[in-house]
Amino acid sequence: MSSVPADFRYTKSHEWIKVDGDVVTIGITDHAQEELGDVVYVELPEVGRVLANDDVFGNVESVKAVSELYAPVAGEVVEVNEALNNAEAAINEDPYERGWMIRVRLKNPDEVASLLTADAYKAEIGE
Amino acid sequence: MGMAQDDLAEVLRTPLHDTHVKAGGRMVPFAGWEMPVQYAGVLPEVRAVRESAGLFDVSHMGRVRVRGEDAFDYLQYLTVNDVSRLPDGGGAAQYSLLCLEAGGIIDDIIVYRLGAEEFIVVLNASNRDKDLAWMRGHAANYKHLILEDETDQTALIAVQGPKAVEMVDALSDRDVTMLPRFGLDETVVAQVQTLAARTGYTGEDGVEMFCRADHARALWHELVDKGAVPCGLGARDTLRLEAALPLYGHEMDEHTHPYEARLGWVVRTDKGSDFIGKRVLTDLKDAPRTKVLVGIEMEGRAIPREGYPVMADGEKVGHVTSGTFSPMRGKGVAMARVAAKHGTKGTALDVVIREQRHPARVVPLPFYKNV
Repeated sequence: MSSVPADFRYTKSHEWIKVDGDVVTIGITDHAQEELGDVVYVELPEVGRVLANDDVFGNVESVKAVSELYAPVAGEVVEVNEALNNAEAAINEDPYERGWMIRVRLKNPDEVASLLTADAYKAEIGE
Repeated sequence: MGMAQDDLAEVLRTPLHDTHVKAGGRMVPFAGWEMPVQYAGVLPEVRAVRESAGLFDVSHMGRVRVRGEDAFDYLQYLTVNDVSRLPDGGGAAQYSLLCLEAGGIIDDIIVYRLGAEEFIVVLNASNRDKDLAWMRGHAANYKHLILEDETDQTALIAVQGPKAVEMVDALSDRDVTMLPRFGLDETVVAQVQTLAARTGYTGEDGVEMFCRADHARALWHELVDKGAVPCGLGARDTLRLEAALPLYGHEMDEHTHPYEARLGWVVRTDKGSDFIGKRVLTDLKDAPRTKVLVGIEMEGRAIPREGYPVMADGEKVGHVTSGTFSPMRGKGVAMARVAAKHGTKGTALDVVIREQRHPARVVPLPFYKNV
């Protein structure tokens, strides 16, 4: 059983979203990091980049494979987790805290309501 | 996040399938088989092989016994290495290739000599049907020759790493430590009759053991009890790439000849008997190279992957044949086939990763080796 915090929102493509006013923090779920295995490289966007919903905002790589990261919401990237550079293991060890990837200022705060709840995401991954 | 979906259609299973599942191996389809890609994770498994000993189920690889009065002549004609370099009495193995008349590579194989008239040929799982058709097609010209595909009746288990040989030796009734590289011997390991060879695909010392399919589980569990760490295909691919060992379908195929795959050393054009591909390969041997296979190390942290374009002076000069994150180097490394003039050590190249050029340079191969 992977961890799925109750107060976060989720996507079918395994990103999590933590809402704080009109800024959201985004990362990948515990289930996703388990499926990926050891993360050895992550490529994230520059601060200031404007994302549309479903844009590829970066890539996360295990030894074996590359996976694209999809923007769960539209908005502007206001912060990037630089601490992941050379310390990507944080994504495996602590996906919901130290493993966060980007912060985005929402273009449309109502968009959050359309994202999966924790229960809906659990159902999605069969837990 | 995008994830590859595993499509588990009807697949073959090795005698150790249930053992892998019970031990938490993540099963994936590979060359028609369902195989563990990893247990604990690629990084800890690579570390186990580099520092101690890892255990691999490689029973998916094809095993064909070739015997009879004509077995030697037949293999001399079919393979590009010189079978006469293996002693008449058996006890040694050699890396070799099956080539087309035009020089392209059908498969890379290992020929194990058990005696004057008895051999086992190990094939890539992905090429087993093709190779068997090729081998059977050519067998028709030999009167005293028997080919038996023993893949389903047997298992093949590899133990690899600096502690692998002593681990197997502790369970063996023969002195395995005395086996030379590529030597083989019949020995009873953990009460299981095996044919043990000092071969492998990791850049480490180690032993590969053939045994009966119904004995595989007992042998596997004894080795785990001795401390060998089960490893999946993910670790195996990373280990072989660090050791610059080529993989069929990546570094070589039917449109690639051995000299473009760093495999010229395998081709014995002087072996004193005819073999398939001899005429073309003899010409190619002394011809100027147009393409070469080289090692590439990234300057930054991006990871090169198979198929990515390689550029020099703003032009595409080749492509990555295999790429990965190298745990031993701590960065992205690759083998790449490039135009020969860009293949010298130290040459600056760019690898195109998701439409961006990332600087890299040509480095000597292997990236890592400890045997």
